[in-house]
Amino acid sequence: MTAPIICREDEVFVLNLGPQHPATHGVLRVKLTMDGEYVVKAEPVLGYIHRMHEKMAEDRTFAQFMPNTARMDYLHALAYNHGYVLAVERAAGIEVPERAEYIRVITVELNRLTSHLLWWSAFLLDLGGFSPLLYAFDDREQILDLLERVTGSRLTYCYFRFGGVYNDIDDDFITGTRNFIKRLRSRLPRFYHDLVTKNIILIKRLKDIGFVSKEQCRKYGATGPLLRGSGVQFDVRKNEPYSVYPEFDFDIPVYEEGDSMARYMVRMDEIEQSMRIIEQALDKLPDGPVRAKVPKILKPAAGDYYAAVEAARGSFGCRLVCNGGKSPYRLKLRSPTFSNLSLFGEVAEGMLLADALAFMGSLDLVIPEIDR
Amino acid sequence: MSEYWNDIFGGTKSLLVGLGITAREFFKPVVTEQYPWEVPVMMPRFRGHIELVKNGETGRPNCIVCGMCMRNCPSGCITLTGKKPEGEKKKVLTKYELDFTKCSLCGSCIEGCNFNAIQFSKDYNLASTRKEDYIFDLLKRLEEQS
Amino acid sequence: MDTSIWRPILYLIGFMAFAGVNAAWLGWAERKGAAHIQRRNGPKEVGPFGLWQPLADGIKLMTKQLLIPSGTDDILFRIAPILAMIPALTSMVVIPFSGNIQARPIDLSVLLIFALASIGMFAILLGGWASGNKYAVISAARVVSQSIAYEIPMLITVITIVMITGSMSLQDIAMSQQGGFWHWNIFRLEGGHFIYMWVGFLIYFICSVAETNRAPFDMAEAESELVAGYMTEYGSMGFGLFMMGEYLNIVVGACMTTILFLGGWGSPFGFMPGIWWFLIKIYILIFAIIWIRWTYPRTQIYKLLNLSWKILIPFSLVNLLVTAAFIKVF
Repeated sequence: MTAPIICREDEVFVLNLGPQHPATHGVLRVKLTMDGEYVVKAEPVLGYIHRMHEKMAEDRTFAQFMPNTARMDYLHALAYNHGYVLAVERAAGIEVPERAEYIRVITVELNRLTSHLLWWSAFLLDLGGFSPLLYAFDDREQILDLLERVTGSRLTYCYFRFGGVYNDIDDDFITGTRNFIKRLRSRLPRFYHDLVTKNIILIKRLKDIGFVSKEQCRKYGATGPLLRGSGVQFDVRKNEPYSVYPEFDFDIPVYEEGDSMARYMVRMDEIEQSMRIIEQALDKLPDGPVRAKVPKILKPAAGDYYAAVEAARGSFGCRLVCNGGKSPYRLKLRSPTFSNLSLFGEVAEGMLLADALAFMGSLDLVIPEIDR
Repeated sequence: MSEYWNDIFGGTKSLLVGLGITAREFFKPVVTEQYPWEVPVMMPRFRGHIELVKNGETGRPNCIVCGMCMRNCPSGCITLTGKKPEGEKKKVLTKYELDFTKCSLCGSCIEGCNFNAIQFSKDYNLASTRKEDYIFDLLKRLEEQS
Repeated sequence: MDTSIWRPILYLIGFMAFAGVNAAWLGWAERKGAAHIQRRNGPKEVGPFGLWQPLADGIKLMTKQLLIPSGTDDILFRIAPILAMIPALTSMVVIPFSGNIQARPIDLSVLLIFALASIGMFAILLGGWASGNKYAVISAARVVSQSIAYEIPMLITVITIVMITGSMSLQDIAMSQQGGFWHWNIFRLEGGHFIYMWVGFLIYFICSVAETNRAPFDMAEAESELVAGYMTEYGSMGFGLFMMGEYLNIVVGACMTTILFLGGWGSPFGFMPGIWWFLIKIYILIFAIIWIRWTYPRTQIYKLLNLSWKILIPFSLVNLLVTAAFIKVF
């Protein structure tokens, strides 16, 4: 609700939202200038958990930096693994066996499901609904069990290697994944759509709230569901295909409205598209090795390389500058949420506090990724 | 005006459907794992902290003190020393220390090891209020295990 | 009426015990109910089914330091939690638990209850204001606007009941509904009131949920927006009293709904009326309130006011007119 505000300079007050606040999901601080319950000005303050990931890359070998990539966006760790691995593979000219590519796609998409399910539950928590959180976590745990079976960890996976993946998937994983997809398909309409999406309270809180226009998205470089919710069909998996994504048949959900509901729907549709991709990948899964022969110490030729992947929150880019040494000369990581959050200040102006927080939830922020 | 009535009747229906779903869930069994009473079994690939592997024949660690794990570790949490006893060709491990406060369980050390000398343990009940408890002496641990 | 000194003392002890037990164990019931809706176990360690959990919580809260932050209005800050308890406790004086369990039958008991309910709102207002915390102040402001918006349809609906019964005494209202569920106001056959009374019941129930600040109308303590609203600065038993006050308000709200619409202590089939029916009815209503809380997301303050002013108030006014017409015609 953006009613015109007539605000007097001396009647505004500053509200520090965060760094510890239930709705910021981490250590984000937003300096809100408020007039009553209306936000006059919103200014995100970052840097509370900056860990110098980019600088750390410069004094480690390429392989040693791998664990760091999982610790930026801890909810979609495998996509970040993938982006970094792709960049290094481009630099070193490594061919990846086909089976490994398929395994990468399957695990990345499973990880995307966990990310979207967690976003969904956390978003509902922002809106004050508790039970959906537990229902989504019930499903999410199943995926985590599957991923733990192949990768050995539940959150900060470090599964991809240059030239493949760490180790092969087994039949239990394949049948488990198929069963899980069946289970999620049967639960989606009831627990996700009947209970929440069609709920009048939710619709009233999300419809026409937090409008983000295409121009704003362009201006701030927003990507991911935020961009697709504003009616721009852009997905790195389709527009700049990498790995074996061109071989799958899937759609990019796009909604024109640009409000919180559109972003919500984009993510809900992406869950279904991810399931489609996983099913196709499992059907087409070829035999063969999962890891190419790669020297232990990589020394890519000097040059400038870039790889982008579609993470759950938008396009994650990895720019690698090599000087022929065994560690990167410079590694620039483009994290999607950083750009997405930059929008917040402009869009939140004139909103009610409750709406501003609902809007913030619909951006799907992961703070460690913003701060890197 | 039709929107107004739609909101009331459609909205009420959606609310009742929601109540129906939670009511049905209320009578279903619990799905959570009752942790201290139900102890989960770790997956075979579970990545706990590392531990040394014993050689089945000699009863001594497989480690030949090459130091690959130490060099591969991104966080520098492994320190190991070895010495060459008189009359033997190979080095023998005298101390293998893991600083678990820095370890991020990435497994680079295990991947770098060519002699199957270290493996992931299945320990996950690790809690302490003292930092010193996380400096593991893996050689001692290996002795205690046998 | 027996006017010995023992009567007030016994009632005082009885109400204190009833209020204390409810305030403590409704917290347990809420946690347990929420847990089972979410397919968890809830409290289960302290005693059988975690039944002694409220005692453990109480000891924990009482042994904590009563912290009064600097910059607060000291006196108001201390008064507010007590004020949250007292109106709810006082309301019990006029609630008829059964035909002969009522501390003091007052002719205008309906009026008294609603007057006390409005005072309960002041506790939150004062607590929020005295905290000197920005979140708490926002929460206090929300409570006032919400309270005003929801008392109007609530009172209009109560007027319909008063019109049907012709009395403002809770005792009389409950007495007029004895002898089977077809005499209850919500299903009242005589005069054909059952045709529209359920609308009044729904309006009243929604309002009583909003009046007690329960989800989905818990704007005052919306924890994802206002941290904990008016309770942000409260710890130890100050917080405990607010929580107890909230649960007592729920009990009083459920008692009122039962008396006004569900026949008070009357049994549904006309035999064995008594306090047990009253208790069964209020606990079903309380369970419904808990169930609602753990199903829906929270509304937003403007949507909440819209619901009141655009839907509930027009409907309750129409309801009032229809009631008048029915009374006149039949």
